[in-house]
Amino acid sequence: MSVATNTGGTSGGRKEKIYSQPQLPWKKSIQFALGSIKVRFWRSMITAGGVALGIAFLASVLTSQAIAGQVDAAEEARTRWLIGLSLLVCAVGITNAMLMSVSERFREIGTMKCLGALDAFVVRIFMIESVLTGVLASTIGWLVGMGAIVLVKLIAGVPKEAPAGTVWYGSLDGGDILRSFLFCIPVGALLSAIATYIPARQAASIPPAAALRIDV
Amino acid sequence: MTTGSGNKSGIAVSGAGGDVRTEYVVRARDVVKEFKMGNEVVRALKGISLDIRRGEYISIMGPSGSGKSTFFNMIGGIDRPNSGSIFIADSDIAQLGESEMAFLRCHNIGYIFQSYNLLTTMTALENVQLPTIFAGMPAEEGTIRAMEILERVGLGHRLHNKPSQLSGGQQQRVAIARSLANRPSIVLADEPTANLDAKTGKEIIGLLRELNKEEGVTIISATHDPRMLDVSDRVVWVNDGMIDRVENRENIEIRLSSVDDDGH
Repeated sequence: MSVATNTGGTSGGRKEKIYSQPQLPWKKSIQFALGSIKVRFWRSMITAGGVALGIAFLASVLTSQAIAGQVDAAEEARTRWLIGLSLLVCAVGITNAMLMSVSERFREIGTMKCLGALDAFVVRIFMIESVLTGVLASTIGWLVGMGAIVLVKLIAGVPKEAPAGTVWYGSLDGGDILRSFLFCIPVGALLSAIATYIPARQAASIPPAAALRIDV
Repeated sequence: MTTGSGNKSGIAVSGAGGDVRTEYVVRARDVVKEFKMGNEVVRALKGISLDIRRGEYISIMGPSGSGKSTFFNMIGGIDRPNSGSIFIADSDIAQLGESEMAFLRCHNIGYIFQSYNLLTTMTALENVQLPTIFAGMPAEEGTIRAMEILERVGLGHRLHNKPSQLSGGQQQRVAIARSLANRPSIVLADEPTANLDAKTGKEIIGLLRELNKEEGVTIISATHDPRMLDVSDRVVWVNDGMIDRVENRENIEIRLSSVDDDGH
């Protein structure tokens, strides 16, 4: 059976038409990204480790606050400052990890572009991957951060007096947990997405010949 | 007919019929390519012109640094020249946007690489099916198509193996199958035998030649392999960014009789 023969195109001077390459549907992109995460699970988890750590810190602060209950304005400001800084450090770390993980895949990107992938498709795959790993990593980080604080308080028997001398009179209820979850997970996913966008955008726009030439 | 709305009707391929034999699939005119190396500008291509006929099996030879690979990438639509023009399948690639270039690479050109470049995360079948997905072919149809070509290259029994479970020769066969997935008119083979042992290399060359004869697909290959010359219709020697000479098959055979097969 003949494989590469086309049934059409018997006329002599026919011109082969070039169209615009269509973008793949989201369903395909997500399938693609999931497959990629599955195969590289531990590698992506290392990349996402930064997110997990940042979110663990965030969750632990939120949990402590909930347990401590009322805090004064100065304390509140200090905490905000601390959270902001730690997330910033975390963002720099993940950007670096993402740069590495994208450049490890230059050859794959070049190959996919040779096979007809659009730049936008390459970027989309990376974004889906990063948001998914971001969500997973921040869920882990959130559980760890909150769990650690709760555990510490339990072991310490929830002292009547906090280190700073204020009195503990809050408690960790379902509302606190939900609020903390709804805050931490999107923050983690967003951090991961921001960190991925620029490296992915850049890698996708490299001409395939150059992408294939680069050896990492 | 190529004016249909679907993609496939636009991907006209070969057919080694006599009436199309004189058609050119690639035309390069005064192609110049420069690279910046620090402060210096290196002229990798100094104005190359070449026409490649439909159904031809053509080898591009030249030492490393000759501009061979650069030229090869140009006519393969994966790099763009600084000046001069390249027509692939009657389209001036300078006129094509990113999305149209992707379409061209997807439908009109198949790529075979020295290091196979299979996606390691996918099975043989998935690798071969990938171009059909980019072409928008329905999944079932793409699977059938991929199975069909894998069968054709002799890997019908390894459909669900990952590249790491296949030998070099088998991986290159998968890559050849993948290059044919969307029935391209051109297949570009970049040193396809360089990573293979002598016997396997020979098999791969034989397979490429077979596909070229039977399916009428144009094969353009950059190579060092003397056995590749043996099957080529024409050999283009590139040196110092220029075409040194172009030899036809008859001349090659005379020369080859004096070349020992050193297994490389």
